Amino acid sequence: MRVEIEVWRQDSPEADGRFETHVVEDATPEMSLLELLDRLNDQLAEGGVEPIQFESDCREGACGACGVTVNDTPHGPVPQTPSCRQHLRAFGPGRGGSPNLDSGSSASANLDLGSLLKLRIEPLRSAAFPVVRDLVVDRSSLDRLIQAGGHVDVTTGTAPDADDLLIGHDDAELALDFAACIGCGACVAACPNGAAHLFAGAKLAHLALLPHGKLERTRRAGAVVDQLDGEFGPCSSYGECVEVCPAGIPLTAVAAVHREKLRAAFRR
Amino acid sequence: MILDPRVPAGNPSTAWARRTSQYRLVSPANRRRMTVIVVGTGLAGSGAAAALGELGYNVECFTFHDAPRRAHSVAAQGGINAARARKVDGDSLARFVIDTIKGGDFRGREADVVRLASESVRVIDHLQAIGAPFAREYGGQLATRSFGGVQVSRTYYTRGQTGQQLQVAAAQALLRQVARGTVNLHTRTEMLDLVVADGRAQGIVSRNLVTGEVDFTPAHAVVLATGGYGSVYFHSTLAMNSNATATWRAHRRGALFASPSFVQFHPTALPVSSKWQSKTTLMSESLRNDGRIWVPERPGDNRAPGDIPEEERDYYLERRYPAFGNLTPRDIASRAARDEIEAGRGVGPLRNSVYLDFRDAIARLGRDTIEERYGNLFDMYLDVTGEDPYTQPMRIAPGAHFTMGGLWSDYDQMTTIPGLFVGGEAGHNYHGANRLGANSLLSACVDGWFTLPLSVPNYLAALVGSEPIDLDAPEAVQAMREVEARVQRLSTNDGTVRPVEFHRRLGEVLYQGVGVSRTDAGLREAREKVVALREEFWRDVRVAGPADRLNQELEKAGRVADFLELAELMVLDALDRTESCGAHYREEYALPDGEAARDDEKWCNVSAWETTADGAHIRHLEELTFDLVPLAVRNYR
Repeated sequence: MRVEIEVWRQDSPEADGRFETHVVEDATPEMSLLELLDRLNDQLAEGGVEPIQFESDCREGACGACGVTVNDTPHGPVPQTPSCRQHLRAFGPGRGGSPNLDSGSSASANLDLGSLLKLRIEPLRSAAFPVVRDLVVDRSSLDRLIQAGGHVDVTTGTAPDADDLLIGHDDAELALDFAACIGCGACVAACPNGAAHLFAGAKLAHLALLPHGKLERTRRAGAVVDQLDGEFGPCSSYGECVEVCPAGIPLTAVAAVHREKLRAAFRR
Repeated sequence: MILDPRVPAGNPSTAWARRTSQYRLVSPANRRRMTVIVVGTGLAGSGAAAALGELGYNVECFTFHDAPRRAHSVAAQGGINAARARKVDGDSLARFVIDTIKGGDFRGREADVVRLASESVRVIDHLQAIGAPFAREYGGQLATRSFGGVQVSRTYYTRGQTGQQLQVAAAQALLRQVARGTVNLHTRTEMLDLVVADGRAQGIVSRNLVTGEVDFTPAHAVVLATGGYGSVYFHSTLAMNSNATATWRAHRRGALFASPSFVQFHPTALPVSSKWQSKTTLMSESLRNDGRIWVPERPGDNRAPGDIPEEERDYYLERRYPAFGNLTPRDIASRAARDEIEAGRGVGPLRNSVYLDFRDAIARLGRDTIEERYGNLFDMYLDVTGEDPYTQPMRIAPGAHFTMGGLWSDYDQMTTIPGLFVGGEAGHNYHGANRLGANSLLSACVDGWFTLPLSVPNYLAALVGSEPIDLDAPEAVQAMREVEARVQRLSTNDGTVRPVEFHRRLGEVLYQGVGVSRTDAGLREAREKVVALREEFWRDVRVAGPADRLNQELEKAGRVADFLELAELMVLDALDRTESCGAHYREEYALPDGEAARDDEKWCNVSAWETTADGAHIRHLEELTFDLVPLAVRNYR
């Protein structure tokens, strides 16, 4: 199948960026979005053009390294799926990129192989994520949130027996729902305000549910919220973040930011 | 040369306690004057850096990733073993040691495995405390499951994302130290050489991947926790950026490399099914708890799996290994799958896979239970293949996965270069010729949190009062010049072929020659091909783009260049070791029933290789002794 790709090129953080258009003639429905970029890079190299820089690592949806914006949607047209796991078989034809969601089982049958797929691929866009080069952005602002307070103050070797601290099955599972965040930053890129409440809230909710993190809950909330307000936009509860989150972090994570903030305010 | 692992003499069960009580200490006031470099931020690296930072050392930590959390430990799925032995299923510390030594086919170091077992207990406590939400029973206790090669239930887990949860917790612990100023974290910075002066490791040369700047960082000691080299096979379960450069460069500076040919092929990887496929996704071994592996009895059977009646299916692992069934160790399961595929009974469009079927488990336990246990793995399978594993069996095939080989180190995790330590998969000592599932996360965590923070200070104690080497020391200047020259040579080479293409071709050569099974003739052929490919690489590689900004082609070229050197050593080691053991299966050395035939007379040892400046390879040996687990033929029947 034929895919026309409009792709963002930018030489350095300071340089102006631009779109370039390329066509991949021999794309296949099984290809992932990133394998399509691999193929395009082969083609560019053959033609003497420098390959497009983009990030990916595990290509299994766990590391959070990948993430590009496809037709205005962070990660691509398939909801709640990282770029590495978006396959062309699920993309509908045309710019809108309306995905063929039930294409799972009979993938290629639903795809009109003669049609032209058009994709516009650019970096995750947010004021908090400066472009490093081409599709690569700097997401260190997320780590600064974790650094501010997204951790537990336990020194190596001093932990109590994990079997002596009972944690209910459902609490552990709920903590895991929040802890599943892969730190890709798509939530920030999807947010019209550039807020990182889903990311920060997932961490606050995850740690608030576990016994070891509870004692520093108030202090943690204050530190994380201060950092959040300093580097990211405000949350207007649009919920765009949830639509793109590849880890399925629920909107209650956003509520957790407000709850933890309020709770901390009353306890100060 | 016969290598001395410096294992404490006497009872191996108490060796670690005796050793730690004898370790020299550094007083808190002196610690902040001592610098330790930690390369890598996976479980071993994050753990070591965080723990050394907590102790008060000045830690310089390097990762080529943009964030510490991305290290490849994050992708481990199934779980982490611990010999907590709380249940009445017969588990014990001794049982853990027996399973691990036997699983490794008696090619691991027993004393190190005992340490691994004894520290495993508090690893779970620590990881839970720093934020890993382990799965719990309804009564609130930690839940466990079983993994291959064992008959007890000692694997702790968090759904199918155990590595991710441990890694995120570890990265948090590391960032906590960054916030406290004890760890200076260098992201997007790749180690390209080790600086050895006065016979000691005294720093590293690194390249800032964004600016291209080459820099020297001095230190009193260096820890490499840079992972394994399974990605040398191109199609592997490893991440795209996983590479061997840090360990290989250290090897070229004198650190011996142990058992390079010991590579684990994971039996539950997804098959390669198209030419553009960039990797072989891993499906956790935990799936073998409930999934049944089978192939059609008749070669070339083209029917859909659901149309093949029960009596025409061959559940070959259950048939051949009734005691362990679908939970045989990985090397045996991979070899058995290869046997079926080569006999023409493989399934799927390329007939290169076998079925892993959940039909019976869903019928027995219900879909909800299966979903809770493996939900994200099933989702991932659906994403990758477009097939629904709830209604049709998964297709799996052996894929290059974990490397048991790595830098040789003694009992204190120190390599043959004083001051150079190694942790996690970059090292070699625990897993022998085959690693048991869920022992990898464990060994990384134990090394990082509970071994290196004790053994590195013992080395540092002798250096109290000394300053790190000068920035313009001749050894440092020389290493920087060499790195710059290499970068320059790669980026200006007048060639035509992308680095990734050489990697792809190298992978084909290695799967063919040093794969699930090996032969003398195949290995000789592979060696010739690797050498020829390496020459072609340096003649014809083309790196597009400049070296003074982010350039992934250049990064890749450097890594492939090192893979091409390492690959020759892997072949050589496989050729040299004239026995079969664990994952190293030489067809010439098999028992009458086809199982691996070890040669304990000649090969009850670890091969540790030296590569001289002119590229010659010399093999040294560490003799292995077993006091707790008597040498025996593995039997999983």
